[in-house]
Amino acid sequence: MGVVQHGLSCGENLIMARRVSTRHKVIATFAAWLVAFVIFFPILYMVITSLKTEPEAIAGINLIPSFTLESYVAVQQQNDYFKPFMNSVVIALGSTLVALIIAIPAAWSMAFSPTKRTKDILMWMLSTKMMPAVGVLVPLFIIFRDTGLLDTRIGLTMILTLINLPIVVWMLYTYFREIPGEILEAARMDGASLSGEIIYVLTPMAVPGIASTMLLNIILAWNEAFWTLRLAAANAAPLTAFIASFSSPQGLFWAKLSAASTLAIAPILIMGWFSQRQLVRGLTFGAVK
Amino acid sequence: MATRQTRTLARFMMAPAVVLLLIWMIVPLSMTIWYSFQNYNLLNPMTRGFAGWSNYVYFYTDPAFYQAIGNTLMLVGGVLFITVVGGILLALLLDQPIFGQGIVRILVISPFFVMPPVAALVWKNMIMHPGYGVFADISRFFGLQPVDWFAQYPLFSIIIIVAWQWLPFATLILLTALQSLDEEQKEAAEMDGANFLNRFWYLTLPHLARAITVVILIQTIFLLAVYAEILVTTNGGPGYASTNLAFLIYRTALLSYDVGGASAGGVIAVILANIVAIFLMRAVGRNLDR
Amino acid sequence: MKLRTALLGACSVLVLSGAAFAETITIATVNNGDMIRMQRLAEDFTAKHPDIQLQWVTLEENVLRERVTTDIAAGGGQYDVMTIGNYEVPIWAKQGWLLELDGLGDDYDVDDLLPAIRGGLTVDGKLYAAPFYGESAMIMYRTDLFEAAGLEMPASPTWEFIGEAARKIKADNPDVNGICLRGKAGWGENMAFITALANSYGGRWFDENWQPQFDQPEWKEAFQFYIDLMNDAGPAGASSNGFNENLTLFQQGKCGMWMDATVAASFVSNPEDSQVADKVDFAIFPSKEGVDNHGHWLWSWNLAVPASSGKAEAAQTFISWATDKAYTEMVAEKEGWANVPPGTRTSLYENAAYKEAAPFAEPTLEAMNAADITKPSVKPVPYTGGQFVAIPEFQGLGTTVGQLFAAALAGQSSVDDALAQAQNIATREMTRAGYIK
Repeated sequence: MGVVQHGLSCGENLIMARRVSTRHKVIATFAAWLVAFVIFFPILYMVITSLKTEPEAIAGINLIPSFTLESYVAVQQQNDYFKPFMNSVVIALGSTLVALIIAIPAAWSMAFSPTKRTKDILMWMLSTKMMPAVGVLVPLFIIFRDTGLLDTRIGLTMILTLINLPIVVWMLYTYFREIPGEILEAARMDGASLSGEIIYVLTPMAVPGIASTMLLNIILAWNEAFWTLRLAAANAAPLTAFIASFSSPQGLFWAKLSAASTLAIAPILIMGWFSQRQLVRGLTFGAVK
Repeated sequence: MATRQTRTLARFMMAPAVVLLLIWMIVPLSMTIWYSFQNYNLLNPMTRGFAGWSNYVYFYTDPAFYQAIGNTLMLVGGVLFITVVGGILLALLLDQPIFGQGIVRILVISPFFVMPPVAALVWKNMIMHPGYGVFADISRFFGLQPVDWFAQYPLFSIIIIVAWQWLPFATLILLTALQSLDEEQKEAAEMDGANFLNRFWYLTLPHLARAITVVILIQTIFLLAVYAEILVTTNGGPGYASTNLAFLIYRTALLSYDVGGASAGGVIAVILANIVAIFLMRAVGRNLDR
Repeated sequence: MKLRTALLGACSVLVLSGAAFAETITIATVNNGDMIRMQRLAEDFTAKHPDIQLQWVTLEENVLRERVTTDIAAGGGQYDVMTIGNYEVPIWAKQGWLLELDGLGDDYDVDDLLPAIRGGLTVDGKLYAAPFYGESAMIMYRTDLFEAAGLEMPASPTWEFIGEAARKIKADNPDVNGICLRGKAGWGENMAFITALANSYGGRWFDENWQPQFDQPEWKEAFQFYIDLMNDAGPAGASSNGFNENLTLFQQGKCGMWMDATVAASFVSNPEDSQVADKVDFAIFPSKEGVDNHGHWLWSWNLAVPASSGKAEAAQTFISWATDKAYTEMVAEKEGWANVPPGTRTSLYENAAYKEAAPFAEPTLEAMNAADITKPSVKPVPYTGGQFVAIPEFQGLGTTVGQLFAAALAGQSSVDDALAQAQNIATREMTRAGYIK
């Protein structure tokens, strides 16, 4: 539980902090903002470029665009944004939900009835992620062709579920492990049934961990750019394909490319910003004890 | 305290995940192994047949093979170094009381949300481009010749791009760990007259060991498979200067359509990845058990 | 009466079901300007053929090629119309992966197609793809800079002249690069240019026994010329420059000369995008003194129907719409003659309105007619293809060799090393593929 509180207590830290000199704070603030600006700059510059005209976009560094939306209009005209956007949403959410449904019981049992093998199983699960995807593309393409899964949302959802499942199990496991076993025992003493134990005791404590696992997995699924590009043509193609239709055409159209890129990452970026506290809470992978 | 019943139940609950992942591992892996012993070029379906070890010999004797392994290690090592050191520094900075902490944190974690092709495109075109990039403009402002990043420092450029994507992840985990360090411990150390470096070396760093382990472990898994950034920016070149193992397999599979050769490469990569994993577990895995 | 109502009812049911079962064909195409225009104008097609609906997959060239190749070779059947190059067409047709185009309609004037282009799309007398636009390569140069330097472009320039002119322009104008050429690695990027260059030097990729020829003096001479020229008079960072980058450089007035695909001619002479639109002229691709070879660069983007498509008829109807004369006229009417897809039909080059609007029409046609992909080199070769070698292995091999050459351009290896490595890798790949016994 320590994790959670400390993760949230930066505000309290501020108040508790002893005699923080204002000068110290100003210097730290300046340094932090500078670093943050540098790190954020590529994204900022991309958004700025998307608001420029094409000649402006390659006319050298210029942080004040002419605020034209012409690139966005052109992008939307060439390729409807809504369809790949919906595909991305469905695939990212779908694969995350399925992965959670499979992973929660597994992580629960690993955390509360660990055996000697638990660690090995976890490591083995992670190691399945080390298989180079492109090495199995052709076999998988053939399986997908024969099962009619090519270019379907279901097919992509399945693949993304599988490739992210190990991370999901591990995150949940490390989070569940932080839940003190005594509480469960106490609940058992009180005569709670197993299902009651899970619903009334465990779930409320596990919700933050599940939430951040879910968020991380949505991000990973949204940004997956190998399978989504190669197992879908038109019907299920998500935003990664949307980007591929604007990269390197004839001529340098960086404003349009930036507009398309901004459209592709904006949803997940905004989701990330709004949920960063929830995300951070569980992102420890058991790193904090 | 685990009774027989709960143990059975636990197995039962684990089963779906384990079985699915087993299938996910065994089916592609066995197909890869099967194809790695086949002459199979997608564009030349006539030449199918048993190939013996020739695919392995072919892949292993590729002039780019050793360089690709070296580049893979450099890429993983370089990105880990930058993200861990940078992440620690950044975490220390963000742990200070500052104005607008929330916004700073949002800005710093943002690169993590950017999909790899977009990150690579933005860096390639708008930041590192020798003609129109921001870096080139800055060089010209100081009267210097712009650097052609992807021609002169291809691997380094890719390391920068990938490190930029993973720095937020490392920072977040390290920051959370840092914030769990007891305020009292810190204060006590301060009272004892320990200076900042001493405090960092004897108190903070040991406390972060576990978090660093996690960062290294998770990132290594993803970094071994980096290829999209290479494909978008340098295409593995010039020469083989930025070809890593994943990209070499990619080239064999989707440029030559040599399924046999790519499968052999895949098997080799799996073996190497497992060697790295074992090495990693030996070296840092102990931290996780504490 | 009753019968009539019944019939009417039946008819309306038929009509309804016709609409409900409208066929949807999936078209995979490249995100080049002409194709995006086609996508935009496709309303005209759907208006004429309400029973066929179009679904577009528009992708960057390399991603598209990767996807359609995987799909067709593994029989995925995800696409009904594919946009492919004249590199793929003969290879795929021989594998039986493409359907013969025999349903283009009576109005489709096949004999009007440029012979060079049509020949590249025909296997055993059957047409397997319809050209959407075609290109050769030529010199685009700045008349103002040439004049200022006292240079005059000969009718048939030699490389020696080009080298001198480029260096002179660079010396006279510090802000302008004497010449811009492709340097970015890729079989369709720098290797297209370098292969054409080597052709014009009398070189070839393979001899009659498929032995790679990078160790021959022609290659050494041609490649050395290219590297020296780019170092002396080329732009900084040339090893990252492909078609797009050079186009932008030229449009911004930063190149004295540029040798590239003829389609670029309409971009550089379009005043909306190009700052030098009124100062451009064109000339035929150079050759080496004493060698009668202008590179034989010939490329076309074509529409084809994969054998795995279940909607061949509708697909051919669409292809016919997109590549016949009526389409050209529609583009001319809506967007001007300069924007019609070039390089596929003889009639276009006989059209007075087109010649009027497109000053590059004449040199383009000349370049295309000069290209003979069956005889790319003055020496005998076992392959076809001008700026590429039409064998399946060329994509991988060409790109790897392109990387080696780009490294030499970036100054990271020498000309001799690059050629020796290229020879080595080519021998290795050709042996593996079974060409060299």
